[in-house]
This record gives sequence, structure tokens and C-alpha cells, in this order.
Amino acid sequence: MGERILMKGAEACAEGAIRAGCRFFFGYPITPQNEVAGYMSRRLPEVGGVYLQGESEVASINMVLGAAATGVRAMTSSSSPGISLMQEGISYIVGCQLPCVIVNFMRGGPGLGGIGPAQSDYFQATKGGGHGDYNLVVLAPSTIQELVDLMKEAFEIAERYRNPVMVLADGIIAQMMEAVEFKYQVDPESLPPKSWAVGGARGRPKNIIKSLDLVPENLEKYNWMLQDKFQQAREREVRYEEYEMEDAEIVLVSFGTVARVAKKSIEEARKRGIKAGLIRPITLWPFPEEPFSRAIPHSKKFLVLEMNAGQMIEDVRLQVCGARPVQFKGKPGGTVFNPSEILELIISLEEKA
Amino acid sequence: MNEMVWKPVYLRPKSLARVNTHYCPGCGHGIVHRLLAEVIDELGILEKTVIMAPVGCSVLLYNYFEVDAVECAHGRAPAVATGIKRARPESVVITYQGDGDLAAIGTAEIVHAATRGERITTIFINNANFGMTGGQMAPTTLIGQKTETTPYGRSAERNGYPIRVSEMLATLNGPAYIARVAVNSVSNVIKARNSIKKAIQVQLEGKGFGFVEVLSPCPTNWGLKPVEALKWLEENMIPYYPLGEFVGGGA
Repeated sequence: MGERILMKGAEACAEGAIRAGCRFFFGYPITPQNEVAGYMSRRLPEVGGVYLQGESEVASINMVLGAAATGVRAMTSSSSPGISLMQEGISYIVGCQLPCVIVNFMRGGPGLGGIGPAQSDYFQATKGGGHGDYNLVVLAPSTIQELVDLMKEAFEIAERYRNPVMVLADGIIAQMMEAVEFKYQVDPESLPPKSWAVGGARGRPKNIIKSLDLVPENLEKYNWMLQDKFQQAREREVRYEEYEMEDAEIVLVSFGTVARVAKKSIEEARKRGIKAGLIRPITLWPFPEEPFSRAIPHSKKFLVLEMNAGQMIEDVRLQVCGARPVQFKGKPGGTVFNPSEILELIISLEEKA
Repeated sequence: MNEMVWKPVYLRPKSLARVNTHYCPGCGHGIVHRLLAEVIDELGILEKTVIMAPVGCSVLLYNYFEVDAVECAHGRAPAVATGIKRARPESVVITYQGDGDLAAIGTAEIVHAATRGERITTIFINNANFGMTGGQMAPTTLIGQKTETTPYGRSAERNGYPIRVSEMLATLNGPAYIARVAVNSVSNVIKARNSIKKAIQVQLEGKGFGFVEVLSPCPTNWGLKPVEALKWLEENMIPYYPLGEFVGGGA
């Protein structure tokens, strides 16, 4: 066991990235995740890295693109309205086939919305967000320890597919403090050099990083090649947790902070003899399929809980495919579920079942 | 019997690729590409140069240069260049941008790269219109100039005034070299070459941001013959956009 440190989520995220070998951070201030940039601006110079505050999220994501083009581990962090501004750059990074990590500590929207925690950017993160046919692998931690563990995986997945990875968490995970352990330490010098990177064509032909192809047939081929990568990610990168699912009749589905609250409610429901369980997708894209096909035979009802007005429920319905009723309860403004209200929902479903 | 002795006086720069150009007859991009390639050769930086392609007529410039290249979203080249230079400070990083790219959609990126004194070099092609999209009004379009989207001529009342980017950036502390040049005559082309060299040298010396604005003819979208376009540039653009060095001038 390593040392356990009490840390705020945003700072743990930053430290995790540094220990994952990230030395380049570009960002623009926005609540509720400013501590990421604050921590990076202090720590990166100590380890020979670069923190730079961009003039906007638009510029920041393009700085990430530039750094990533040289083959280094680079990232940015923001919150919902800022992530909207980055969508152009994210689409270009996908088109240019560059790896990087983008963290979104979500707040309520639309527009300026609020600064309370939310999960309202699920569609934006998992269905595209920017223009063109593409996907990001989207990782959704529900504890600060999991956030830390996923930071290393995020960089590895990004490099495996030469595609951005998004870490999607609600603002609570940025602001809460928990004891965490850092189980890894990656020396960026030890990472293999990237044959595609730019930095000067010394002893090799020039490298070109681009997304443009003016020949439609060639662009189509390029898009199918990108789709092959996304298909590989669908097959290899699915991550999820099943909690009390062996015999669950009332199946809750939620991610991030909501899943954490739901576990407490399930514990209470089980004490009352209600067979409740939880499926918690950790990758929101690719969305898990197996736990649903396993659950359907013994399940009676599904209950999707999200801190939004109903987004992941569409993916849950695709998996359940009409086999069982799928119900929804949402919190789309920055408020959070409490265990007793989820317990009441479970009890009322059990009574009607 | 006299033996003819051949002496090369005009060679293709090593950093310029042996491919056909897609630029229109009389376009200034070809001249500026050649000048930039000559300077890259002369400074011996071919193997450490990374060039940013913009969105605009010169989007395909990575086909013309034998150097590493990154194609950027419209206006974002200075931000991408910043990321590259910060990650690989030993590289020579150059952005090549038109007036739609740099002076309209990319205003924030160029101003902030300049004021940070990023050790990058920007070549800014000012041809007073959006070329690639078919000749619409740019921030640099002159008052009275007809374009596809100013069919009655640009009006100050409706469209505001053309931006003098070099003078605007010269108010900042970050730039180490800023000049405006033109490629409408032999003597101006030679001056343009010197300015491009200085703008890269300040990067090599770590002094700060280097910037060259090039007044460049666009006969196709101006609706003029190539020679008429050179004359139009001299008579209309140079009076509004005076040539010279605004920062870091002198020998």
C-alpha cells in the first residue's frame, strides 16, 4: 500500500495526470474546476512541464492539439460551457488522429446555467459534440480514487487509438475531498517515441498532421479507417461495475456521483427484502451491453437516475430493447439525489411490480 | 573551341517540394512560398521547422514545403503553434495565415500569441479579401472595394473600417519584429525576403514573436489581370497599409 493523501478531486485529477506522464496543460478558468489549473500551474514547473493559461477555451484546446502533435502527453480541463467552446478543436484532434485527455467537471446548463454539479453533457460527450462522424472514449469516475486511477488509463487509451479521451465527472467530484492513493508513476521520458509526431523532419520524410481531404472517396476511406478504431474501442474498452446484481429485480442504472448515492439506497432496500441492484457504466462510450443482457432475465424494472433531464436513459432503452419497463428520475439543475428519495422510488417500483 | 561553362544562378530551394502549384495565375502566395523556402534553406533550419497551414487558399501549403506541418482550424494556427513551441522549444515554428484566418476569426489567437511573445513566426498574407471562398469581404477589405459580399463597395457605415494588423500588434510588448512588406515589385520582393528572414531570426535568438504582413495580389477575386492587380495593390493598398518595419527594424 502506498501513501494515502487527503485531496480535493480537482487537485487529485491534476496530480494523477502528472504521475501519468502528462507535462503539458493548457486551460482557461471556469468554475467548478479551477483547482485543476491552480494545481498544475504550481506543480508542472517543478517537474519540468508547462502550464499555460490560454486566452479562451478555443485557444486552449488548440494548444493541446499543438502539443499533442509533438507526441507528448497533453491535456486540458474545463466545465460545461468551456467544453462547448472546445468542440471545434476536439473534432479537429479526432480528424488529425492525435491523443490527448479532456476533463469535463460538469455544471448545470444550458447556457451559463449554474455552477452546481450536473450530468447534462452526457449527449455532448457520448454522441459526438463537434462536427463529423466520431466518438470519444468517455470515462465516468464516481469517486476521487477512481478519478485518479482513470487518469492514467485515459492517457493510455488516447494513445492506443490516437484519439482524445474525455473524463466526464460532475462538479461534486472536483470539489469533494477524499483520501486517495497514487498507484502509478510514469516517467514521460520512458514513453515510446511517436513516429507520426512533428518537431522537425530530421533524418526522416516530413510528417503532416491534418484532417483535410478534398477527394470525397479518400475522405470516405479515411472515415471508415476511423470507424475501425472506434469499433476496436467498442470491443476492448468497455468498463462497468455491477452492484448487488446477481438476483436484482429492480435494476438501477446511474453513473458518477448518482451511482454512489444509489448504492446506499440499494443497501437499505436489501435490508427490507427488496432485490435491488445497480449497473454503473464507467465507460459512457463505449456503453456497456453485457450487464444488461445478464440482468434482463431476472429483472422486473429498470430505473435510470441522472443529474440531467434524461440522457443516458436512451442508451439504457437501447440495451433493454423493450424487454422491461425503463423509468427515469432526473435532477437537471445542480441538485443532487439523496439516499432516502432513491429508496422511496425503489419501494414504489417494488409495490407496483 | 569555346567550352560553355554553366553556372547556376536560380535554383529551387531544397525546402520547396517539386510539385505543381494550385494557386491562380498572378497570385502572391507562390512568391511568398518561394521566399520562405529560400530563408529556411539559408538559415539551415529545414530539419527543425514545423509550419502551420491555415484555412484559406494556402491550406495545402504542406504539399509545397519539405518540412513538418500541422493543418489548423480557421484562425487557430497561433494557438496550435504555441502548443508545439512550448512542447518542443528547439523547433522553429511558423504560422502562415491569410487575412480572413488571422484578422477575422483568429483575432484573439494572434493578439495573445503576440502579447505572450511566443517564440514563433507568423507570415500574414493580406490580399484584402477571403480568397478561397470566392472573394468575400475581409477585415482588410478597403473602403469602397467591391467583393462578393460588398457588391456596392465596402462602406464604413455598414461594415466598419479595415484593420491595420501590423500597427495594432506593434502596440504590444511581446513582438520582437513586425514589418509590412509587399510582393508587387522586384525591389519590394527583396525587402519582403529580408523581413521574413528577420522574423525567423528573432525566433532563433529567443527574442520574441516575429510577424511579417505581406500585401499580396489576388487577381482572380479582384477581377483584374495579374499586371493590373500589381498596379491596384500599389495604388490602393499601400497608401492605406504603409510598408515598413514597426518593431525591431534596422540592420
